[in-house]
Amino acid sequence: MADPMKIRATLQGDTVEVRVLMQHEMETGQRKDAAGKTIPAWHIQQVTATNNGKPVLSAQWGPAVSKNPFLSFKFKGGAKGDKVQITWTDNKGEKRTDEVVVS
Amino acid sequence: MEESRKWAGWSAITVAAVFAASIAQMAGAQQRTAVEDIARYRELLQDGNPAELWELRGETLWKTKRGPKGVSLEGCDLGLGSGMVKGAYAAMPRYFADADRVMDLETRLVHCMVTLQGFSLADAKKQPFGNGTDRKSDMEALVAFITAESKGVPMNVGITHPKEQEAFQIGRSMFFHRGGPHDFACATCHGESNKRIRLQDLPNLLEPGDAQRAYTTWPAYRVSQGELRTFQWRLYDCFRQQRFPELEFTSDGSIALTLFLARNANGGKFNAPAIKR
Repeated sequence: MADPMKIRATLQGDTVEVRVLMQHEMETGQRKDAAGKTIPAWHIQQVTATNNGKPVLSAQWGPAVSKNPFLSFKFKGGAKGDKVQITWTDNKGEKRTDEVVVS
Repeated sequence: MEESRKWAGWSAITVAAVFAASIAQMAGAQQRTAVEDIARYRELLQDGNPAELWELRGETLWKTKRGPKGVSLEGCDLGLGSGMVKGAYAAMPRYFADADRVMDLETRLVHCMVTLQGFSLADAKKQPFGNGTDRKSDMEALVAFITAESKGVPMNVGITHPKEQEAFQIGRSMFFHRGGPHDFACATCHGESNKRIRLQDLPNLLEPGDAQRAYTTWPAYRVSQGELRTFQWRLYDCFRQQRFPELEFTSDGSIALTLFLARNANGGKFNAPAIKR
């Protein structure tokens, strides 16, 4: 099971700033282990963010994103008390969803 | 055609000018800028430090009932009374009367896992460090959580108890002890100011300013390893780099050396878990 994300969402003026830390190996599929065998690719492919169920961000990620990635973005139209939900899906089909209330 | 030739001429001149300027700067400024760039890199990474993921996991581990006795670590006394975490790390290593021994944080956690939770000593010490991928260390997570609770607290390591004084002296001797195939000591790299290895400045750990900057930024998330590393790991790896025999996890030697270095950092505001390259 994937470890939880750490999400912060704060309202600044009329925009909500969301900062997300995800825990993921983000293996590129280019590296080899000590025995010379290729380590299979394992990385997040899809990231989506919703605010009270309404999509605010959708991204496709690849192997160029670092291990334990940090994502920061802003959107307009949010308010204090809104629920921001982040979901990622990796190339093995594993999923993780976490939620935070805008403060 | 005419236009493009003119542009080519101009850019050649510009390139030459830039080149000359950079050569002029190279002698003195290059090293400085490299140091500044590393500082800038750390600053940029500070926002969104993955160490927080370890802190999160550590907090859960701290509060979870575990071990044969099925109790949480919340009853563990880190020196300020049982369950008191805030600011505890800034005064460690310290003497603990119940164990009649000077202990650093990792040693104390092992002690609590054995006495409170009923783990065997071997189990408690089983995985001090993660391997960078699938095998994560619970110890590193616990240390991340507890050290984060001392953020902003000035280092205040006492050497009042005779055993603390003894550990300080032993740590001091270890710092200066030369040995191994390279005839190396900690002091070889960390005993003089303004030394560097490749482009990285080496802190003089006998100098309060340097010692504070170094000690108060461990544990740290190492970007190159994708792991959070504790101070026990830092010393373990220093020993490996010196080609010394392996430093045993939570050994008296490791505690003594930690106490010596922590004491030298007294007064510095604790500022970890940090992030390093």
